Amino acid sequence: MSIAAHLPALQVVVPLLAAPLVVLLRHGGVAFAVVTAAAWAAFATAIGLWLQLGQLDAGGVISYHIGSWPPPWGIEYRVDRLTSFVLLLVSGMAAVVLPYSRVSVLREIPRELHYLYYSMFALCLTGLLGITITGDAFNIFVFLEISSLSSYVLIALGRDRRALTAAFQYLIMGSIGATFIVIGIGFLYLLTGTLNLADMAIRLREVESYRPVLVALAFLTVGISLKLALFPLHQWLPNAYTYAPSAVTAFLAATATKVSVYVLIRFYYTVFGESLVFQKLPLPQIMLWLSLMAMFGASFVAIFKNNLKRLFAYSSVGQIGYITLGLSFDSVNGLTASIVHLFNHGIAKGAIFLLIGGIVASMTTRDAVPPAPTFDRLAGLAKRMPLTCFGIVLAGLSLIGVPGTAGFVTKWYLILAAMERGQWWLVGAIVLSSLLAVAYVWRFVEVAYFHAAPAGSQKNEAPLSMLIPAWLLVIATLWFGLDTSFTVGTAMDAAQELVKIGR
Amino acid sequence: MLEHFSYIVTVFLMVAGLFIIMAHGNLIRKMIGLSIFQTSVYLLYIAPGKLIGGTAPIIAPEYGIYSNPLPHVLILTAIVVGVATLALGLALAVRIREAYGSIEEDEILARDNAIEDAEEMRA
Repeated sequence: MSIAAHLPALQVVVPLLAAPLVVLLRHGGVAFAVVTAAAWAAFATAIGLWLQLGQLDAGGVISYHIGSWPPPWGIEYRVDRLTSFVLLLVSGMAAVVLPYSRVSVLREIPRELHYLYYSMFALCLTGLLGITITGDAFNIFVFLEISSLSSYVLIALGRDRRALTAAFQYLIMGSIGATFIVIGIGFLYLLTGTLNLADMAIRLREVESYRPVLVALAFLTVGISLKLALFPLHQWLPNAYTYAPSAVTAFLAATATKVSVYVLIRFYYTVFGESLVFQKLPLPQIMLWLSLMAMFGASFVAIFKNNLKRLFAYSSVGQIGYITLGLSFDSVNGLTASIVHLFNHGIAKGAIFLLIGGIVASMTTRDAVPPAPTFDRLAGLAKRMPLTCFGIVLAGLSLIGVPGTAGFVTKWYLILAAMERGQWWLVGAIVLSSLLAVAYVWRFVEVAYFHAAPAGSQKNEAPLSMLIPAWLLVIATLWFGLDTSFTVGTAMDAAQELVKIGR
Repeated sequence: MLEHFSYIVTVFLMVAGLFIIMAHGNLIRKMIGLSIFQTSVYLLYIAPGKLIGGTAPIIAPEYGIYSNPLPHVLILTAIVVGVATLALGLALAVRIREAYGSIEEDEILARDNAIEDAEEMRA
């Protein structure tokens, strides 16, 4: 038996084992080493799976039977293009954020809690990877809860006491969402008698009673929308992102909501089928309007926020609007835009939150509550932290969608999809909403570059161990804005596969 | 009416749980509501798994009707998840009480808003 055949299992098992190991070791430095090694191993595994998939024909799937029980009886891990793409994003972000964590966590989390931070991080990573790779409906719920429970703890680790209330609020909303998802899965299970997603899809086509399918669809849509913070179910997100430790915000912003979008796509296309979701129901219209409200409403609110973390948290809600907008088109181009934006927004927002973490770290003295990165504290920041500020501006350009950045690629495909359907007013709306992003990014530029720095301030750049991971992501946003063969190529393949299955 | 008894109870618990979460500002009561809501799902899975006169799925000539054991297994997992959620929620409530001296949502919000207003004034 070679390791290559067991990559799908290792993808989840390695970070899962790292978590309890770290708790037993009870040492911050060792915990850092173990979990970082596990995250890198997970990233290597994801690359390995990507390469294995590349050797198969188009539409090929890697199917792994846990415990050698054949599906649909046993749990199946199923890797197709989309799965592999999301696995790369999640494990890649973990591999970048963890080395950054070392210094950031030293400044923001009490020393005796460090090993718990790394343990929870490993569990959260396990959950997110598990949701993505599994082909079993109930397994999705279990991994969802693993990642959610650990992310509540991670958020509550913030020094500000408001982190506790933010975590509690997220726990209530997140558990309601997860319970809605189990109810939906329960209905599907009662109807079909199977939990395997692929098998469920086949049996659902034969089901004649239409109403329970609709109930299941409704519960799943609401539950998953809560998890992915679709407007107006986003209330938990701004507080959670604002008060969580910086490294946690960066990781969750880049991965957690994206994995939820993946689950939504999986259920819509693979299980229910495109024709039910998009053609028999007014779901595309509902999703279109909610997306537009997110793009305009949340981005507009973002402009008036004084705390930089909160500003970009609202911007996340707006950017999720672009992802769901792509879904609502129900076309290959629209779906491509959604899938590409998962990735592009993930790396851009990850970069921004990592760089903000650098700002917070530079303002924090050891063992004090980190001050909030409000605009009055950022005046003239570009003199003190030139690299950090420049990085935020570049990643901000990607949020706006300036040509040459990754964000532009998404907007391009969204506009293509809108034009395909002849909805010219939507093209205008997409461009207009980008102007709101210009406004909130400009607020940062104005304060950091054009306001006078307080007298006596010196150059105080973030440490290299924080700058290098953040700049890796900034360079990635530029790289994937110019060379789209990986992102768009994969997303296009995945979208075509999904639409073909969904029909 | 009677044949749908278990479903009626399930839906009642579901709605009652959700209502408690929304109607009460006390964090402990919210956790109670959440627990009731999650418990209703256990019933949703378990009840249809039982066939009257059915036995455990062991192949033997004298038995023809089997109950499905899989829902029980699934719900065992869901119960564990529910316990973990409850424990974490209560632990957070304890920490919130230490930090704010209250577990009433409106009082906590009032205290935070006072701080935020002060921050806005500085800005």
